[in-house]
Amino acid sequence: MNRRNSIKTLLVTSLASGLILEGCLPKEKEIIYEKIWKYQYGRTPEEKKRDLELLNKTFFNKNELSKIKILANLILPPSPIGNIEKAEILKFIEFIVKDVPSYQTTLRDGLIWLDDYSKNTFVKKFIECNKGEQTRVLDLIAYPNKNKTKEEMFFSTLRNLVVTGYFTSEVGIKDLGYKGNQPNVWDGVPEEILKEHDLSYDKSWMSKFIDQSKRNEIAVWDNKGNLIS
Amino acid sequence: MEIIKNNKSYDVVIVGSGAGGGMATKILTDNGLKVALMEAGPFFDPANPEQRLHLKWPYESPRRGRGTTRAFGDFHASYGDWNLDGEPYKMVNDTKFYWWRSRMLGGRTNHWGRISLRFGPNDFKRKSIDGLGDDWPIEYKDIKPYYDKVDKLIGVTGSKENIYNEPDGFFLPPVKPRLHELYYKKGAEKAGIKVIPSRLSMLTKRINNDRGVCYYCGQCGRSCGIYADFSASSCLVFPAQRSSKGKLDVYVNSMVREIRVNKKGIPTGIIYINKDDKKEYNISAKIIILAASACESARILLNSKSTYHPNGLGNSSNMVGKYLHDSTGADRMGFIPDLMNRKTYNEDGLGGMHLYSPWWLDNKKLDFPRGYHIEIGGGLGVPMYGFGFNFNTLNKYLGLEIGGYGDNIRKDVKKFYGSTLYLAGRGESIAKVDNYCEIDPNTKDKYGIPVLRFNYKWSDYERNQAKHMNETFEEIIHNIGGHMLGDAPGQDKDYGLKAPGEIIHEVGTTRMGNNPKKSVVNKFEQLHDAKNVFIVDGGPFISQADKNPTWTIMALSWRTSEYIVKELKKQNI
Repeated sequence: MNRRNSIKTLLVTSLASGLILEGCLPKEKEIIYEKIWKYQYGRTPEEKKRDLELLNKTFFNKNELSKIKILANLILPPSPIGNIEKAEILKFIEFIVKDVPSYQTTLRDGLIWLDDYSKNTFVKKFIECNKGEQTRVLDLIAYPNKNKTKEEMFFSTLRNLVVTGYFTSEVGIKDLGYKGNQPNVWDGVPEEILKEHDLSYDKSWMSKFIDQSKRNEIAVWDNKGNLIS
Repeated sequence: MEIIKNNKSYDVVIVGSGAGGGMATKILTDNGLKVALMEAGPFFDPANPEQRLHLKWPYESPRRGRGTTRAFGDFHASYGDWNLDGEPYKMVNDTKFYWWRSRMLGGRTNHWGRISLRFGPNDFKRKSIDGLGDDWPIEYKDIKPYYDKVDKLIGVTGSKENIYNEPDGFFLPPVKPRLHELYYKKGAEKAGIKVIPSRLSMLTKRINNDRGVCYYCGQCGRSCGIYADFSASSCLVFPAQRSSKGKLDVYVNSMVREIRVNKKGIPTGIIYINKDDKKEYNISAKIIILAASACESARILLNSKSTYHPNGLGNSSNMVGKYLHDSTGADRMGFIPDLMNRKTYNEDGLGGMHLYSPWWLDNKKLDFPRGYHIEIGGGLGVPMYGFGFNFNTLNKYLGLEIGGYGDNIRKDVKKFYGSTLYLAGRGESIAKVDNYCEIDPNTKDKYGIPVLRFNYKWSDYERNQAKHMNETFEEIIHNIGGHMLGDAPGQDKDYGLKAPGEIIHEVGTTRMGNNPKKSVVNKFEQLHDAKNVFIVDGGPFISQADKNPTWTIMALSWRTSEYIVKELKKQNI
């Protein structure tokens, strides 16, 4: 066991027994926590404990992960902006199947089926197939009808996780073109976009909206509720 | 179990730190009273870097924001949702009722939608209008001055509209609509539905120097780190702590079990369980205010049994727990082809819709007695877990292939980003005596406190209203060339009517009235059975209008707090 893992085990065991790193100095605790878990965002102690327990478990083996990696790249090939690796898709999928155990059987069985099918058809494992052979397999399961087969269900599930994992990653968000999550001042839809949609802000409404140049002046009303500042 | 006596005694102990409890804390400490504020959850300050949730990216969550432990998503500022570990509740027979609890300072005000609507004059006298339910013992004019004060203290956006039952207030200016909201306006107005700027408790303009001004990240549901939205913690409890000069003690992780009475049956304080050491403590106070949420306050009363109050405190009428009711709700989505292939720009805006529709029809001409308002959603929002699932099923409306892999995924995801419109109706139900909560004699929570069980059934009044919501949504979506997603829910599915509790506006369990045999509190929210006990959450509501309850909870709490101060001066309590 390397140091990183032993710290993980120590932390999780002590959390489980209710002793949260009792032997450590407060500063030391913080450093250990930071090192093993980069996700720091307003968790409750119960949630932290749950996350650390998941972190200390492994679901997919190396072989399965390499198959997922190939599939993920077929599902979303790299673009100049982002790719599967930069979007940390494997890390996300490994985590989410522990967070949502109902995914486990569907994904694991599907990965086994891929090899079974490839061996029967191409006399080799999926991972050893060339790209043309791999896409021939995907073509069987990527266009489901209303009642999905087990294999189609597997592919839809994996595709959902890859797509959502990608577009919620740093590179995927850039790729999508999402521009928010930062302080700014909203003053309506850009003029050229309104024009494209043949829309405009009602003239009779304009006086209702905030004059953003006065947003920092403290609000004062007359006694009838008219804003006078 | 031994009850440890807390040697401190107070003028007032307040149970619950949300909208009602936070407001009572502020007003009573401002009047110089010594107050103990009890909160079952931990201390929470949205500005504390360790608790902060807003301005985080989805990839800062290992589950990309999935709501695994929080029903509304990983970044949502509610510690707890419809389920709490070790704190169950039961449903009787085929009842479906879901009870949302947020165990934290500020309670549910940390995560709510901040839609802040006054009740109108008609909302206090529905029985006089349609013969159903009951009138309130107060009128709009009794509460109007307090709505005005709440507007000025907390801040709410809006515009003067002169609609009789949607009274105007002291508004901060609203903001311009987003693109999909302009589409909504077009479709709704074509259907004869009024559309007006939203009334949200978010600061588009500065109201004092303690709180920031909105910087449009669209994340009020995560509780604002610069206090530019309303949460009871940041806007009421913290200011009270600063100004009360040591007269306010906040007890967190303190789960109140019951109200204690003396040998004469007079309430003298509360008993709570300290979650840290699991021991029971007693706090004495002249006045006890319950603000634990409609159902939790009813639970505390029902669990406060004594020789003098064998039924539970305040329950000589047998009305505690009765008349439980939530808002109705039904939601649909539409796909708007004109909103495909959008150029992206920062459209986060306020943490909610910029426009909405108040109730616009006359129920006399309809087959259901009460109204609803329409909320809308959509736009170029931040992608979270679930974004891109079934990435191109909308292709079926365009006659194109569904499914696939490779570069077409990237293309289709961008094609459909921001092209759907979400519509939600939130309406008024009829309060009924046979919808109620009571103590389950067989179940206790992990603190050993008997839990609630629920009895609740919707009637055709609510089902017909949900049917109307669906028809309205379809008309609006079709008016802008859109397609409804999914089939219209039919009669077998109650027309998509949500289960009670799902809209999280549950009220009515300790109803107010002039007749002590038919109500729990009087028009000042004071128990008929004990003049030093008050209830300032949604419990005293006679009817939950087609508005959201928070503004009315706070206005009533303010009014009750002033009444308490006056009565104390007169030595009446």
